[in-house]
Amino acid sequence: MQVYLPIAEMSVNALLVLGMGWLVGFLSGMFGVGGGFLMTPLLIFIGVPPAIAVGTQANQLVAASVSGVLAHWRRGNVDVKLGVVMLGGGVLGTAVGVWIFGILQRLGQIDIAITLSYVFFLGTIGGMMLVESSRAILRRRAPTAKRGKLHRHIWLHGLPFKMRFQRSKLYISALLPAGIGVVGGMLVAIMGIGGGFLLVPAMIYLLNMPAGLVAGTSLFQIIFTTAAATMLQAATNQTVDAMLALLLLIGGVIGAQFGTKAGTRLRGETARLALSLIVVGVALKLAFDLFSRPDDLYTLTMGLR
Amino acid sequence: MAGVMKRRLVQAAAALAGLLLGGTLAATVWAQQLVADLSSHLIAITTGFTGTEVVLFGTTDGAGDVAIVVTGPRAPATVRRKQRVAGMWMNTDSLRFDQVPSFYTVAVSRPLDQLVGRPVLERHQLGLPQLQLPVDTALPPEELAAYRSALIRNKQRQGLYAISMGQVAFLGERLFRTNIYFPANVPTGLYNVEALLIRDGEVVSAQTTPLVVSKIGFSAEVSDFARNRPVVYGVAAVLGAIAAGWAAGAAFRRV
Repeated sequence: MQVYLPIAEMSVNALLVLGMGWLVGFLSGMFGVGGGFLMTPLLIFIGVPPAIAVGTQANQLVAASVSGVLAHWRRGNVDVKLGVVMLGGGVLGTAVGVWIFGILQRLGQIDIAITLSYVFFLGTIGGMMLVESSRAILRRRAPTAKRGKLHRHIWLHGLPFKMRFQRSKLYISALLPAGIGVVGGMLVAIMGIGGGFLLVPAMIYLLNMPAGLVAGTSLFQIIFTTAAATMLQAATNQTVDAMLALLLLIGGVIGAQFGTKAGTRLRGETARLALSLIVVGVALKLAFDLFSRPDDLYTLTMGLR
Repeated sequence: MAGVMKRRLVQAAAALAGLLLGGTLAATVWAQQLVADLSSHLIAITTGFTGTEVVLFGTTDGAGDVAIVVTGPRAPATVRRKQRVAGMWMNTDSLRFDQVPSFYTVAVSRPLDQLVGRPVLERHQLGLPQLQLPVDTALPPEELAAYRSALIRNKQRQGLYAISMGQVAFLGERLFRTNIYFPANVPTGLYNVEALLIRDGEVVSAQTTPLVVSKIGFSAEVSDFARNRPVVYGVAAVLGAIAAGWAAGAAFRRV
Protein backbone atom coordinates (compact mmCIF):
# COMPACT_ATOMS: atom_id res chain seq x y z
CA MET A 1 0.00 0.00 0.00
CA GLN A 2 1.55 3.24 -1.17
CA VAL A 3 1.14 6.42 0.85
CA TYR A 4 2.10 9.89 -0.35
CA LEU A 5 4.20 11.88 2.13
CA PRO A 6 3.10 15.53 1.81
CA ILE A 7 6.31 17.20 3.04
CA ALA A 8 8.89 14.77 1.67
CA GLU A 9 6.87 14.89 -1.60
CA MET A 10 7.34 11.23 -2.31
CA SER A 11 5.34 8.03 -2.21
CA VAL A 12 6.41 5.23 0.11
CA ASN A 13 5.15 1.76 0.91
CA ALA A 14 3.18 2.16 4.17
CA LEU A 15 3.86 -1.43 5.24
CA LEU A 16 7.60 -0.96 4.77
CA VAL A 17 7.61 2.17 6.95
CA LEU A 18 5.39 0.49 9.57
CA GLY A 19 7.77 -2.47 9.55
CA MET A 20 10.78 -0.20 10.02
CA GLY A 21 9.00 1.52 12.90
CA TRP A 22 8.21 -1.87 14.43
CA LEU A 23 11.80 -3.13 14.13
CA VAL A 24 13.32 0.00 15.64
CA GLY A 25 10.60 0.05 18.32
CA PHE A 26 11.36 -3.58 19.14
CA LEU A 27 15.07 -2.87 19.55
CA SER A 28 14.42 0.27 21.60
CA GLY A 29 12.04 -1.61 23.88
CA MET A 30 14.53 -4.42 24.27
CA PHE A 31 17.55 -2.22 25.00
CA GLY A 32 15.84 0.81 26.52
CA VAL A 33 17.19 3.29 23.96
CA GLY A 34 15.25 5.61 21.64
CA GLY A 35 16.43 3.95 18.46
CA GLY A 36 16.67 7.22 16.54
CA PHE A 37 20.23 6.38 15.58
CA LEU A 38 18.91 3.40 13.61
CA MET A 39 15.81 5.09 12.22
CA THR A 40 17.45 8.14 10.63
CA PRO A 41 19.89 6.08 8.50
CA LEU A 42 17.04 3.70 7.54
CA LEU A 43 14.85 6.60 6.40
CA ILE A 44 17.71 8.08 4.36
CA PHE A 45 18.28 4.62 2.90
CA ILE A 46 14.69 4.39 1.54
CA GLY A 47 15.08 7.78 -0.12
CA VAL A 48 13.72 10.27 2.41
CA PRO A 49 15.81 13.46 2.18
CA PRO A 50 18.20 13.59 5.20
CA ALA A 51 16.80 16.92 6.43
CA ILE A 52 13.24 15.54 6.51
CA ALA A 53 14.39 12.27 8.08
CA VAL A 54 15.97 14.24 10.94
CA GLY A 55 13.04 16.65 11.44
CA THR A 56 10.40 13.91 11.34
CA GLN A 57 12.37 11.63 13.59
CA ALA A 58 12.36 14.34 16.28
CA ASN A 59 8.55 14.42 16.11
CA GLN A 60 8.27 10.63 16.34
CA LEU A 61 10.60 10.57 19.34
CA VAL A 62 8.26 12.89 21.28
CA ALA A 63 5.60 10.19 21.20
CA ALA A 64 8.04 7.35 21.86
CA SER A 65 9.53 9.07 24.91
CA VAL A 66 6.09 10.05 26.31
CA SER A 67 4.94 6.43 26.21
CA GLY A 68 8.30 5.32 27.59
CA VAL A 69 8.37 7.79 30.46
CA LEU A 70 4.88 6.79 31.67
CA ALA A 71 6.09 3.39 32.84
CA HIS A 72 9.07 4.95 34.68
CA TRP A 73 6.84 7.68 36.16
CA ARG A 74 4.48 5.13 37.71
CA ARG A 75 7.44 3.50 39.43
CA GLY A 76 8.74 6.87 40.60
CA ASN A 77 11.93 6.55 38.57
CA VAL A 78 12.05 10.15 37.32
CA ASP A 79 14.15 12.86 39.00
CA VAL A 80 12.11 15.86 37.85
CA LYS A 81 14.44 18.50 39.34
CA LEU A 82 17.53 17.10 37.63
CA GLY A 83 15.52 16.57 34.45
CA VAL A 84 14.46 20.22 34.44
CA VAL A 85 18.08 21.41 34.87
CA MET A 86 19.18 19.16 31.98
CA LEU A 87 16.24 20.46 30.01
CA GLY A 88 17.43 24.07 30.37
CA GLY A 89 20.65 23.09 28.63
CA GLY A 90 18.76 20.83 26.25
CA VAL A 91 16.54 23.57 24.84
CA LEU A 92 19.58 25.84 24.37
CA GLY A 93 21.45 23.02 22.63
CA THR A 94 18.47 22.31 20.37
CA ALA A 95 18.20 25.94 19.30
CA VAL A 96 21.93 26.08 18.53
CA GLY A 97 21.66 22.74 16.70
CA VAL A 98 18.75 23.84 14.49
CA TRP A 99 20.64 27.04 13.68
CA ILE A 100 23.79 25.08 12.72
CA PHE A 101 21.61 22.67 10.74
CA GLY A 102 20.23 25.55 8.64
CA ILE A 103 23.71 26.95 7.93
CA LEU A 104 25.10 23.54 6.93
CA GLN A 105 22.06 22.97 4.72
CA ARG A 106 22.74 26.22 2.86
CA LEU A 107 26.43 25.33 2.52
CA GLY A 108 25.57 21.92 1.11
CA GLN A 109 27.46 20.17 3.91
CA ILE A 110 24.52 18.86 5.95
CA ASP A 111 24.75 15.29 4.64
CA ILE A 112 28.39 14.87 5.52
CA ALA A 113 27.85 16.62 8.87
CA ILE A 114 25.08 14.15 9.75
CA THR A 115 27.17 11.17 8.66
CA LEU A 116 30.30 12.37 10.46
CA SER A 117 28.41 12.98 13.72
CA TYR A 118 26.96 9.49 13.45
CA VAL A 119 30.32 7.88 12.84
CA PHE A 120 31.92 9.83 15.68
CA PHE A 121 29.24 9.40 18.36
CA LEU A 122 28.14 5.89 17.47
CA GLY A 123 31.72 4.75 17.02
CA THR A 124 32.88 6.19 20.35
CA ILE A 125 29.89 5.20 22.49
CA GLY A 126 29.46 1.84 20.75
CA GLY A 127 33.14 1.04 21.16
CA MET A 128 33.11 1.96 24.85
CA MET A 129 29.98 -0.11 25.45
CA LEU A 130 31.49 -3.04 23.58
CA VAL A 131 34.60 -3.00 25.77
CA GLU A 132 32.63 -2.47 28.98
CA SER A 133 30.06 -5.21 28.31
CA SER A 134 32.58 -7.80 27.18
CA ARG A 135 34.61 -7.07 30.32
CA ALA A 136 31.47 -7.49 32.43
CA ILE A 137 30.75 -10.82 30.78
CA LEU A 138 34.33 -11.99 31.34
CA ARG A 139 34.18 -10.80 34.96
CA ARG A 140 31.02 -12.85 35.47
CA ARG A 141 33.00 -15.91 34.47
CA ALA A 142 35.90 -14.99 36.75
CA PRO A 143 34.19 -13.76 39.93
CA THR A 144 37.45 -13.14 41.81
CA ALA A 145 38.08 -9.83 39.97
CA LYS A 146 38.04 -6.71 42.14
CA ARG A 147 35.28 -4.12 41.99
CA GLY A 148 36.26 -0.59 41.08
CA LYS A 149 35.73 2.44 43.30
CA LEU A 150 32.11 3.51 43.61
CA HIS A 151 32.73 7.23 43.43
CA ARG A 152 35.68 9.07 41.96
CA HIS A 153 36.12 12.76 42.56
CA ILE A 154 37.25 14.45 39.36
CA TRP A 155 37.56 18.12 38.33
CA LEU A 156 34.01 18.09 36.98
CA HIS A 157 32.70 17.91 40.51
CA GLY A 158 34.51 21.12 41.48
CA LEU A 159 32.42 23.35 39.22
CA PRO A 160 30.39 26.23 40.74
CA PHE A 161 26.55 26.58 41.11
CA LYS A 162 26.19 23.52 43.31
CA MET A 163 22.68 22.19 43.66
CA ARG A 164 21.12 19.48 45.76
CA PHE A 165 19.11 16.79 43.95
CA GLN A 166 17.30 14.91 46.74
CA ARG A 167 15.74 12.27 44.52
CA SER A 168 19.12 11.21 43.09
CA LYS A 169 20.95 11.85 46.41
CA LEU A 170 23.42 14.12 44.62
CA TYR A 171 25.03 17.44 45.49
CA ILE A 172 26.67 18.59 42.24
CA SER A 173 27.18 21.67 40.08
CA ALA A 174 24.09 22.50 38.02
CA LEU A 175 26.44 23.17 35.08
CA LEU A 176 27.10 19.44 34.79
CA PRO A 177 23.56 18.20 33.99
CA ALA A 178 22.90 21.40 31.99
CA GLY A 179 26.04 20.78 29.90
CA ILE A 180 24.97 17.19 29.23
CA GLY A 181 21.60 18.64 28.20
CA VAL A 182 23.25 21.04 25.71
CA VAL A 183 25.07 18.18 23.98
CA GLY A 184 21.87 16.08 23.97
CA GLY A 185 19.86 18.94 22.48
CA MET A 186 22.37 19.48 19.68
CA LEU A 187 22.26 15.77 18.86
CA VAL A 188 18.46 15.91 18.59
CA ALA A 189 18.62 18.80 16.16
CA ILE A 190 21.50 17.65 13.98
CA MET A 191 21.19 13.87 14.07
CA GLY A 192 17.46 13.41 14.68
CA ILE A 193 18.05 11.18 17.68
CA GLY A 194 16.95 11.45 21.28
CA GLY A 195 20.52 11.09 22.42
CA GLY A 196 19.68 8.51 25.10
CA PHE A 197 22.68 6.40 24.12
CA LEU A 198 24.89 9.38 25.03
CA LEU A 199 22.86 10.80 27.94
CA VAL A 200 22.52 7.52 29.82
CA PRO A 201 26.26 6.75 30.09
CA ALA A 202 26.99 10.44 30.80
CA MET A 203 24.49 10.45 33.67
CA ILE A 204 25.89 7.22 35.06
CA TYR A 205 29.60 7.98 34.76
CA LEU A 206 29.76 11.79 35.02
CA LEU A 207 26.89 12.48 37.46
CA ASN A 208 27.07 9.15 39.33
CA MET A 209 23.30 9.04 39.31
CA PRO A 210 21.51 5.97 40.74
CA ALA A 211 21.06 3.60 37.78
CA GLY A 212 17.34 3.13 38.42
CA LEU A 213 16.60 6.81 37.84
CA VAL A 214 18.73 7.28 34.73
CA ALA A 215 16.43 5.89 32.02
CA GLY A 216 13.29 7.64 33.27
CA THR A 217 15.04 10.99 33.81
CA SER A 218 16.75 10.97 30.42
CA LEU A 219 13.45 10.07 28.70
CA PHE A 220 11.73 12.86 30.67
CA GLN A 221 14.10 15.49 29.30
CA ILE A 222 14.16 13.91 25.80
CA ILE A 223 10.39 14.60 25.56
CA PHE A 224 11.08 18.32 25.85
CA THR A 225 14.20 18.53 23.66
CA THR A 226 12.55 16.53 20.88
CA ALA A 227 9.41 18.68 21.19
CA ALA A 228 11.54 21.84 20.95
CA ALA A 229 13.44 20.37 17.99
CA THR A 230 10.18 19.48 16.22
CA MET A 231 8.82 23.00 16.63
CA LEU A 232 12.07 24.68 15.57
CA GLN A 233 12.59 22.38 12.57
CA ALA A 234 8.97 22.94 11.49
CA ALA A 235 9.23 26.70 11.91
CA THR A 236 12.66 27.33 10.37
CA ASN A 237 13.42 24.47 7.98
CA GLN A 238 9.92 23.02 7.33
CA THR A 239 11.22 19.49 7.49
CA VAL A 240 8.64 17.74 9.70
CA ASP A 241 6.45 15.26 7.82
CA ALA A 242 3.48 14.49 10.08
CA MET A 243 2.33 11.62 7.85
CA LEU A 244 5.70 9.87 8.03
CA ALA A 245 5.92 10.50 11.79
CA LEU A 246 2.47 8.91 12.26
CA LEU A 247 3.44 5.76 10.35
CA LEU A 248 6.72 5.40 12.27
CA LEU A 249 4.89 5.99 15.51
CA ILE A 250 2.28 3.27 15.02
CA GLY A 251 4.94 0.71 14.10
CA GLY A 252 7.26 1.89 16.84
CA VAL A 253 4.74 1.77 19.69
CA ILE A 254 3.69 -1.80 18.88
CA GLY A 255 7.29 -2.94 18.35
CA ALA A 256 8.36 -1.42 21.67
CA GLN A 257 5.83 -3.54 23.59
CA PHE A 258 7.20 -6.75 22.09
CA GLY A 259 10.75 -5.53 22.58
CA THR A 260 10.23 -4.78 26.28
CA LYS A 261 9.00 -8.34 26.86
CA ALA A 262 11.90 -9.82 24.91
CA GLY A 263 14.27 -7.58 26.88
CA THR A 264 13.23 -9.00 30.24
CA ARG A 265 14.70 -12.35 29.19
CA LEU A 266 18.09 -10.81 28.44
CA ARG A 267 20.81 -10.30 31.02
CA GLY A 268 22.00 -6.70 31.40
CA GLU A 269 25.51 -7.16 30.03
CA THR A 270 24.36 -9.48 27.22
CA ALA A 271 21.85 -6.83 26.15
CA ARG A 272 24.54 -4.13 26.29
CA LEU A 273 26.90 -6.29 24.24
CA ALA A 274 24.23 -6.93 21.58
CA LEU A 275 23.32 -3.23 21.47
CA SER A 276 26.96 -2.16 21.22
CA LEU A 277 27.47 -4.56 18.30
CA ILE A 278 24.51 -2.97 16.46
CA VAL A 279 25.77 0.55 17.22
CA VAL A 280 29.33 -0.22 16.09
CA GLY A 281 27.95 -1.96 13.00
CA VAL A 282 25.95 1.14 11.98
CA ALA A 283 29.00 3.36 12.59
CA LEU A 284 31.24 1.12 10.46
CA LYS A 285 28.71 1.01 7.63
CA LEU A 286 28.41 4.82 7.60
CA ALA A 287 32.19 5.25 7.76
CA PHE A 288 32.61 2.84 4.88
CA ASP A 289 30.12 4.88 2.79
CA LEU A 290 31.98 8.07 3.66
CA PHE A 291 35.30 6.73 2.37
CA SER A 292 34.11 4.75 -0.64
CA ARG A 293 33.65 6.50 -3.96
CA PRO A 294 29.98 7.41 -4.56
CA ASP A 295 28.25 6.21 -7.76
CA ASP A 296 27.74 9.79 -8.88
CA LEU A 297 30.09 12.53 -7.72
CA TYR A 298 27.46 15.15 -8.48
CA THR A 299 24.25 15.77 -6.55
CA LEU A 300 21.31 18.01 -7.36
CA THR A 301 19.28 20.19 -5.01
CA MET A 302 16.20 21.97 -6.31
CA GLY A 303 15.06 25.26 -4.85
CA LEU A 304 17.06 27.90 -3.03
CA ARG A 305 18.46 25.60 -0.38
CA MET B 1 -26.74 18.81 -52.07
CA ALA B 2 -27.10 21.14 -49.12
CA GLY B 3 -24.06 19.57 -47.43
CA VAL B 4 -21.84 20.12 -50.46
CA MET B 5 -23.09 23.70 -50.76
CA LYS B 6 -22.36 24.37 -47.14
CA ARG B 7 -18.83 22.96 -47.32
CA ARG B 8 -18.10 25.04 -50.42
CA LEU B 9 -19.38 28.14 -48.68
CA VAL B 10 -17.12 27.50 -45.70
CA GLN B 11 -14.13 26.85 -47.96
CA ALA B 12 -14.82 30.02 -49.89
CA ALA B 13 -15.17 32.04 -46.72
CA ALA B 14 -11.92 30.61 -45.39
CA ALA B 15 -10.10 31.41 -48.64
CA LEU B 16 -11.51 34.93 -48.60
CA ALA B 17 -10.49 35.44 -44.98
CA GLY B 18 -7.02 34.12 -45.80
CA LEU B 19 -6.70 36.55 -48.69
CA LEU B 20 -7.96 39.51 -46.71
CA LEU B 21 -6.01 38.99 -43.53
CA GLY B 22 -2.87 37.63 -45.15
CA GLY B 23 0.18 37.43 -42.94
CA THR B 24 -1.06 39.68 -40.12
CA LEU B 25 -3.11 36.93 -38.55
CA ALA B 26 -0.88 34.09 -39.61
CA ALA B 27 -0.82 32.73 -36.09
CA THR B 28 -4.59 32.30 -36.06
CA VAL B 29 -4.54 30.35 -39.29
CA TRP B 30 -1.56 28.33 -37.97
CA ALA B 31 -3.39 27.31 -34.85
CA GLN B 32 -6.05 25.64 -36.89
CA GLN B 33 -3.50 23.34 -38.52
CA LEU B 34 -3.02 21.55 -35.21
CA VAL B 35 -5.49 20.99 -32.41
CA ALA B 36 -4.48 19.05 -29.31
CA ASP B 37 -5.87 18.50 -25.85
CA LEU B 38 -5.19 16.48 -22.72
CA SER B 39 -7.37 13.82 -21.15
CA SER B 40 -7.05 15.82 -17.93
CA HIS B 41 -5.79 19.29 -17.12
CA LEU B 42 -5.32 18.55 -13.45
CA ILE B 43 -3.13 15.94 -11.83
CA ALA B 44 -4.41 15.56 -8.27
CA ILE B 45 -1.85 14.29 -5.77
CA THR B 46 -3.92 12.54 -3.11
CA THR B 47 -2.72 10.43 -0.19
CA GLY B 48 -2.76 7.31 -2.37
CA PHE B 49 -0.96 8.93 -5.35
CA THR B 50 1.55 6.63 -7.05
CA GLY B 51 2.04 8.44 -10.34
CA THR B 52 -0.32 8.82 -13.25
CA GLU B 53 -0.62 8.91 -17.00
CA VAL B 54 -2.20 11.70 -19.04
CA VAL B 55 -3.27 11.13 -22.64
CA LEU B 56 -2.56 13.88 -25.15
CA PHE B 57 -4.60 13.59 -28.31
CA GLY B 58 -5.14 15.83 -31.28
CA THR B 59 -5.53 16.21 -34.96
CA THR B 60 -3.64 17.87 -37.80
CA ASP B 61 -4.99 19.27 -41.08
CA GLY B 62 -2.93 16.85 -43.15
CA ALA B 63 0.29 14.88 -43.31
CA GLY B 64 3.10 15.95 -41.01
CA ASP B 65 4.95 14.99 -37.88
CA VAL B 66 4.14 15.93 -34.32
CA ALA B 67 6.45 16.62 -31.36
CA ILE B 68 5.20 17.08 -27.79
CA VAL B 69 7.29 18.92 -25.18
CA VAL B 70 6.20 18.78 -21.53
CA THR B 71 7.95 21.26 -19.24
CA GLY B 72 7.43 21.54 -15.47
CA PRO B 73 7.65 24.79 -13.50
CA ARG B 74 11.13 26.33 -13.58
CA ALA B 75 13.08 26.86 -10.37
CA PRO B 76 16.68 27.49 -9.30
CA ALA B 77 18.80 24.40 -8.67
CA THR B 78 22.25 23.74 -7.28
CA VAL B 79 24.55 20.98 -8.51
CA ARG B 80 27.29 20.02 -6.07
CA ARG B 81 30.45 18.08 -6.84
CA LYS B 82 32.18 15.76 -4.41
CA GLN B 83 35.91 15.43 -4.11
CA ARG B 84 38.14 13.36 -1.89
CA VAL B 85 39.12 15.39 1.16
CA ALA B 86 41.29 13.57 3.71
CA GLY B 87 40.00 10.31 2.28
CA MET B 88 36.33 11.28 2.61
CA TRP B 89 34.05 12.21 -0.25
CA MET B 90 32.54 15.61 0.45
CA ASN B 91 30.93 18.45 -1.51
CA THR B 92 33.62 20.91 -2.53
CA ASP B 93 32.33 22.85 -5.56
CA SER B 94 28.87 23.83 -6.68
CA LEU B 95 27.14 25.56 -9.56
CA ARG B 96 23.77 27.29 -9.43
CA PHE B 97 21.40 27.04 -12.36
CA ASP B 98 18.76 29.76 -12.48
CA GLN B 99 15.83 28.33 -14.38
CA VAL B 100 15.72 24.56 -14.29
CA PRO B 101 12.51 22.85 -15.44
CA SER B 102 11.45 20.56 -12.62
CA PHE B 103 10.12 18.12 -15.22
CA TYR B 104 10.94 17.65 -18.90
CA THR B 105 9.91 15.07 -21.44
CA VAL B 106 9.58 14.96 -25.22
CA ALA B 107 7.52 12.67 -27.43
CA VAL B 108 7.86 12.52 -31.21
CA SER B 109 6.20 10.69 -34.09
CA ARG B 110 9.57 10.10 -35.82
CA PRO B 111 13.18 10.52 -34.62
CA LEU B 112 13.88 14.25 -34.51
CA ASP B 113 17.14 14.13 -36.48
CA GLN B 114 15.13 12.89 -39.45
CA LEU B 115 12.69 15.79 -39.15
CA VAL B 116 14.42 19.10 -38.48
CA GLY B 117 17.83 20.73 -38.35
CA ARG B 118 19.73 21.99 -35.31
CA PRO B 119 18.48 25.61 -35.38
CA VAL B 120 14.86 24.47 -35.14
CA LEU B 121 15.69 22.00 -32.35
CA GLU B 122 17.38 24.78 -30.42
CA ARG B 123 14.64 27.35 -30.98
CA HIS B 124 11.99 25.00 -29.59
CA GLN B 125 14.26 23.36 -26.98
CA LEU B 126 13.45 19.99 -28.48
CA GLY B 127 15.35 17.24 -26.70
CA LEU B 128 17.63 17.24 -23.65
CA PRO B 129 20.78 18.43 -25.51
CA GLN B 130 18.82 21.52 -26.58
CA LEU B 131 17.30 22.28 -23.17
CA GLN B 132 18.36 25.76 -22.06
CA LEU B 133 19.84 25.72 -18.55
CA PRO B 134 21.27 29.19 -17.86
CA VAL B 135 23.88 29.73 -15.14
CA ASP B 136 25.06 32.94 -13.49
CA THR B 137 28.74 32.00 -13.11
CA ALA B 138 31.39 31.99 -15.82
CA LEU B 139 33.07 28.58 -16.07
CA PRO B 140 35.30 26.80 -18.59
CA PRO B 141 33.10 25.03 -21.17
CA GLU B 142 34.13 21.52 -20.15
CA GLU B 143 33.34 22.27 -16.46
CA LEU B 144 29.96 23.69 -17.44
CA ALA B 145 29.24 20.65 -19.60
CA ALA B 146 30.08 18.32 -16.68
CA TYR B 147 27.70 20.17 -14.32
CA ARG B 148 25.01 20.31 -16.98
CA SER B 149 25.16 16.60 -17.74
CA ALA B 150 25.22 15.87 -13.99
CA LEU B 151 22.02 17.88 -13.56
CA ILE B 152 20.31 15.97 -16.35
CA ARG B 153 21.63 12.62 -15.05
CA ASN B 154 20.31 13.31 -11.54
CA LYS B 155 16.93 14.38 -12.89
CA GLN B 156 16.76 11.23 -15.00
CA ARG B 157 17.58 9.09 -11.99
CA GLN B 158 14.66 10.71 -10.17
CA GLY B 159 12.44 9.91 -13.16
CA LEU B 160 11.72 13.59 -13.81
CA TYR B 161 13.57 13.91 -17.13
CA ALA B 162 12.81 11.22 -19.70
CA ILE B 163 15.76 9.01 -20.61
CA SER B 164 14.46 8.36 -24.13
CA MET B 165 11.92 10.17 -26.27
CA GLY B 166 8.30 9.10 -26.07
CA GLN B 167 6.32 7.94 -29.08
CA VAL B 168 3.53 9.96 -30.66
CA ALA B 169 1.30 7.45 -32.47
CA PHE B 170 -0.72 8.41 -35.54
CA LEU B 171 -4.09 6.78 -36.10
CA GLY B 172 -4.46 7.28 -39.83
CA GLU B 173 -2.96 10.44 -41.27
CA ARG B 174 -4.44 13.11 -39.00
CA LEU B 175 -5.32 11.75 -35.61
CA PHE B 176 -2.50 11.40 -33.10
CA ARG B 177 -2.08 10.52 -29.45
CA THR B 178 0.63 9.97 -26.88
CA ASN B 179 0.73 8.96 -23.21
CA ILE B 180 2.65 11.20 -20.83
CA TYR B 181 3.72 9.50 -17.60
CA PHE B 182 4.12 11.45 -14.35
CA PRO B 183 5.88 9.57 -11.50
CA ALA B 184 4.89 9.66 -7.81
CA ASN B 185 7.53 12.30 -7.02
CA VAL B 186 6.26 14.72 -9.70
CA PRO B 187 6.81 18.33 -8.54
CA THR B 188 3.70 20.46 -8.10
CA GLY B 189 2.98 23.57 -10.15
CA LEU B 190 1.93 24.77 -13.56
CA TYR B 191 3.14 22.64 -16.48
CA ASN B 192 3.33 23.57 -20.14
CA VAL B 193 2.41 20.99 -22.73
CA GLU B 194 3.49 22.17 -26.18
CA ALA B 195 2.40 20.37 -29.34
CA LEU B 196 4.37 21.18 -32.52
CA LEU B 197 3.42 20.30 -36.09
CA ILE B 198 6.50 19.73 -38.28
CA ARG B 199 6.46 19.78 -42.07
CA ASP B 200 9.43 19.87 -44.44
CA GLY B 201 11.94 20.53 -41.68
CA GLU B 202 10.04 23.46 -40.19
CA VAL B 203 7.63 23.91 -37.29
CA VAL B 204 4.48 25.13 -39.04
CA SER B 205 2.09 25.18 -36.12
CA ALA B 206 2.23 25.07 -32.33
CA GLN B 207 -0.25 24.89 -29.52
CA THR B 208 0.34 25.21 -25.79
CA THR B 209 -1.92 23.58 -23.24
CA PRO B 210 -1.56 24.18 -19.50
CA LEU B 211 -1.53 21.32 -17.02
CA VAL B 212 -1.75 21.78 -13.26
CA VAL B 213 -0.13 19.34 -10.83
CA SER B 214 -1.50 19.97 -7.38
CA LYS B 215 -1.82 18.29 -4.02
CA ILE B 216 -5.48 17.62 -3.20
CA GLY B 217 -7.25 16.65 0.01
CA PHE B 218 -5.38 15.57 3.13
CA SER B 219 -1.85 15.80 1.71
CA ALA B 220 -2.61 19.30 0.38
CA GLU B 221 -3.95 20.41 3.75
CA VAL B 222 -0.88 19.09 5.57
CA SER B 223 1.62 20.76 3.24
CA ASP B 224 -0.33 24.06 3.11
CA PHE B 225 -0.51 24.03 6.89
CA ALA B 226 3.23 23.32 7.17
CA ARG B 227 4.13 26.09 4.72
CA ASN B 228 1.68 28.82 5.71
CA ARG B 229 1.61 28.43 9.49
CA PRO B 230 4.88 26.65 10.32
CA VAL B 231 4.86 27.49 14.03
CA VAL B 232 1.28 26.31 14.59
CA TYR B 233 2.09 23.20 12.53
CA GLY B 234 5.06 22.46 14.79
CA VAL B 235 2.92 22.86 17.92
CA ALA B 236 0.21 20.63 16.42
CA ALA B 237 2.80 17.98 15.50
CA VAL B 238 4.14 17.96 19.06
CA LEU B 239 0.67 17.85 20.67
CA GLY B 240 -0.34 15.03 18.34
CA ALA B 241 2.77 13.07 19.24
CA ILE B 242 2.22 13.59 22.99
CA ALA B 243 -1.39 12.40 22.67
CA ALA B 244 -0.36 9.38 20.61
CA GLY B 245 2.43 8.46 23.01
CA TRP B 246 0.12 8.85 26.02
CA ALA B 247 -2.59 6.74 24.37
CA ALA B 248 -0.09 4.04 23.49
CA GLY B 249 1.38 4.00 26.99
CA ALA B 250 -2.10 3.76 28.54
CA ALA B 251 -3.31 1.11 26.07
CA PHE B 252 -0.39 -1.21 26.70
CA ARG B 253 -0.31 -0.64 30.44
CA ARG B 254 -1.90 -3.95 31.35
CA VAL B 255 -0.69 -6.04 28.42
